[in-house]
Amino acid sequence: MAVDAAPRIGGRKRSQRALLIEGAVVIVLALLLIFLMPAVLSGFRLSLMGRFLALAIAALGIDLIWGYTGMLSLGHGVFFALGGYALGMHLKLQIPPDASSQLPEFMSLYGVTEIPWFWQPFYSFNFSVAAIILIPTLLGALLGYLVFRNRIRGVYFSILTQAATIVFFNFFNGQQKLFNGTNGLTDFKTLLGADVNDPQTQFTFYTLTVLFLVMSYTLCRWLTSGRFGRLLIAIRDDESRVRFSGYDPTGFKVVVFAVSAALAGVAGAMFTIQTGIISPKAMDIAFSIEMVIWVAVGGRANLVGAVLGALLVNFGKSLLSEQFPEIWLFFEGALFLIVVTVLPDGMVGWVRSQRNQLQALLGRRRQLVTYPSLEENPEVEREREDIGN
Amino acid sequence: MNAKILETENVTVSFDGFKALNQLNFSMDTGELRVVIGPNGAGKTTFLDVISGKVQPTEGRVLFKGRNVKRLREHQIARLGIGRKFQTPRIYLNLTPRENLEITSNRHKNVFGTLFRRSSTDDKRKVVLLLETIGLTAKADMLSNLLSHGEKQRLEIGMLVAQSPDLLLVDEPVAGLTDEETQNIGDLLLALAQSHSILVIEHDMEFVRQIARKVTVLHEGSVLCEGSIDEVQSNPRVIEVYLGATNVASL
Amino acid sequence: MITGLFEALFNGISIGAVLLIAALGLAIVFGLMGVINLAHGELMMLGAYTTFVVQNGFKILGGPLFEFYILFALVFAFLVTAAVGFILERGVIRYLYGRPLETLLATWGVSLILQQFVRSVNWVLVIGIALFCLLFFGAMWILSRRPDFQRIRNWVVAVMLPLSLGIAGATGAFLGQSFQLAVTQPWFGAQNLDVTAPSWLRGGLPIGSFQLPYARLFIIGLTIVCVVGIYVFLQLTPWGLRIRAVTQNRSMSACLGIPTEKVDALTFALGSGLAGVAGCAISLLGSVGPNTGQNYIVDTFMVVVVGGVGKLVGTIVAAMAIGTANYLIGSGTLALLLTPVKPLADIFTFFATTSMAKVLVFALIIAFLQVRPGGIFPQKGRTVDA
Repeated sequence: MAVDAAPRIGGRKRSQRALLIEGAVVIVLALLLIFLMPAVLSGFRLSLMGRFLALAIAALGIDLIWGYTGMLSLGHGVFFALGGYALGMHLKLQIPPDASSQLPEFMSLYGVTEIPWFWQPFYSFNFSVAAIILIPTLLGALLGYLVFRNRIRGVYFSILTQAATIVFFNFFNGQQKLFNGTNGLTDFKTLLGADVNDPQTQFTFYTLTVLFLVMSYTLCRWLTSGRFGRLLIAIRDDESRVRFSGYDPTGFKVVVFAVSAALAGVAGAMFTIQTGIISPKAMDIAFSIEMVIWVAVGGRANLVGAVLGALLVNFGKSLLSEQFPEIWLFFEGALFLIVVTVLPDGMVGWVRSQRNQLQALLGRRRQLVTYPSLEENPEVEREREDIGN
Repeated sequence: MNAKILETENVTVSFDGFKALNQLNFSMDTGELRVVIGPNGAGKTTFLDVISGKVQPTEGRVLFKGRNVKRLREHQIARLGIGRKFQTPRIYLNLTPRENLEITSNRHKNVFGTLFRRSSTDDKRKVVLLLETIGLTAKADMLSNLLSHGEKQRLEIGMLVAQSPDLLLVDEPVAGLTDEETQNIGDLLLALAQSHSILVIEHDMEFVRQIARKVTVLHEGSVLCEGSIDEVQSNPRVIEVYLGATNVASL
Repeated sequence: MITGLFEALFNGISIGAVLLIAALGLAIVFGLMGVINLAHGELMMLGAYTTFVVQNGFKILGGPLFEFYILFALVFAFLVTAAVGFILERGVIRYLYGRPLETLLATWGVSLILQQFVRSVNWVLVIGIALFCLLFFGAMWILSRRPDFQRIRNWVVAVMLPLSLGIAGATGAFLGQSFQLAVTQPWFGAQNLDVTAPSWLRGGLPIGSFQLPYARLFIIGLTIVCVVGIYVFLQLTPWGLRIRAVTQNRSMSACLGIPTEKVDALTFALGSGLAGVAGCAISLLGSVGPNTGQNYIVDTFMVVVVGGVGKLVGTIVAAMAIGTANYLIGSGTLALLLTPVKPLADIFTFFATTSMAKVLVFALIIAFLQVRPGGIFPQKGRTVDA
């Protein structure tokens, strides 16, 4: 037995070192984003960067459910918007005591005389922060439970989530008195006494976004490695087999979906505070599907890919739609087609395959997966360490 | 020890009027290795479906260790101690054999157990031993979709055992295997039969001969006859419905 | 009271009929290939635009013939969208069978392209695309006869793709420079267009105090014709038999010599054609724009989800149920009926607008799926969820 156990222990040491290196890289990148980027990028680009980093948080959530667990949600815009609205409502309640009306201005406009009951708790900052995370989580858990419990999955699940976006869109769009309808919540003034439009405050939000992104990455990394992560992959590949192994996939799917919804909520809040508006447009069907394409472009079932994809697609979008607003939709449509047909593993997958070819070109013998000398295959080794113990 | 591990009482399963199982009465003892044979459409796979909870019986009941498993869902039945191997090997192709076994051997199969509990040294040792038993130690850490068909079959049997069930349901374990691999699987099953109750469904009569002690013949959803392989093969009704009069010589 | 009920029923059915005619093609395609076509709404939109074009053509002809343009428009809409569907299936979807989620994304991409296409289509774009197809596919066709084509294929694509794109783009730019607005003027633009219904479809059949609009009656009639036509096609023709066979067991059908690829392409074209007919129908109900399709898709998908796969009856029942529920809630009829029960009436009043009704209907659908997850007519047997 001792002989058998030895390489395992060695493997653990190596995997711990790999984990340390990964952690160091993440921290260095975060520090670069916080300290170097403001020096390099113009104010406008930096604020774009901040927004896109917020979107990357949502992309991590999508990767978690789609890349790892195989559930394609076309409705994450709802959770994103709910997070945004939760923060937006708190911001709208920052009314100076000497103001003529103690109501958000749109309410006075629509003739509301008293703050609606469910707005009340949003006076509290702590409640609002909790709501940003909990409302999407609970909604995700409820919706997930009702759907997964009945073994509704695949395209059915996708279509239902898409219908959910329409439903919430209609709801928020139709309630002028409660949520200012189409215009959404905007024109934010202060948060905890600080002027939200002040560059210094905005930089704080940017820094916070980077920190949240790092935290989200760590969370997803923890969830996707180890036994839980492997079970997610097992559910993705053969859900009914998982049942016969004695697991109930429903619980796992609900948890993962709720976590992913929470990430979308956080992303929505950080995006809202940096753009200064949250409107039902965030619940548009198109936006929800776009989230999926970020992950697809980066490389599904790969967390780094999700983040990179979100940044790349959004910077590409802002460049292209500035220059040629007409072409952007054509380009986006083509992007969907290309990613699905030609690059199913996204950029990360493409880089990996290129690396192999490059090695072949450089005259290095390609490592074949042969029996039984697998222990020498660095690819397999790395995979194993990635997945961790 | 000789209590019944599995009994079915008058189990009927009908799909839109078609009776896949018809008033099926079946029982097997704890520790037994039983082979179920029957022509195509006799209801063999549906039989396993009913036991493992994939299909609810229209009538009748299934007792596992004296407990009615009706209304239980698949994963609950699996946790009670029934493991199932499918006709075509169903392993998790994007995981390594080691991970496949780790997942199935996990003893805390609820969400938080899976997330927070670390696997004990015992569990790890069990996985290592199992890898050895199914002969996949060398390939333990490559992706399972690179395994050959026979290796996949062995891995899935290994996954069954990792679940530490009391009853193993094995559906055509040697379909599409070479003679040597078939022999391997047979030996493996016989070794497992030392400590488990096993119900095997099989077509390959050569293989049935290798492993079988007691054989049950299903026909049109009911038990046609039961006995040792020689008894079954000489039963005229079996010959009539299943083996076909002309094939008797070849057996 | 009786007329009120009748009115509610009629309106419910007429909304249901629109849903049904829109969902029909989707349901057939989904049943056969397990593919949900997110571009279905855009195919409807194309059908509506075709109707608009045909209408304009007949306006030029003028005279009594104009009164019957709608019948020609139906045929044209069917043909145009069927052709687009055929290209879509051959060009994209057939590479994605067995990957339904990817198909969703790909068809979404197609729908974006189609939306922008009708917004910006002009002579330059059309000529450019035609030139590109001619050059690229022409070159592929010529070179495909070389014996070593398989070996050089990637190189050919790598060379011809940018080359054809460049030539097409340059020609387009040149045309735009030399003829200016004559060729760069978008045909339709981004704004909504109005289709004028022929005079015999305007007005309505008065019944008591209430009118049955002829356009709605026409759509109900058209839906019935389509459903019956599809039923007859599937049940009584050889190709219908093949489609049903492939729906039930694809690999067995292939073994029996049924050309499953052709069946797929045909079914997809048929489903798309039906979307075109539906588009023609909705053009009678209001103006059409590039986003028209988006308004219908989600409701149509819900019809498919609630109806279940593989039975036409399910689709019909689901469409009617969702249509009626939408109307009853949206128009406030239900709120009115429930006035005696105050709290219930308050709830229904809150949801008594067309868009808010969808919120409640969605909740009802989720509730329904708790009872029947597989829809009204789920598939049974051991083949499901193997």
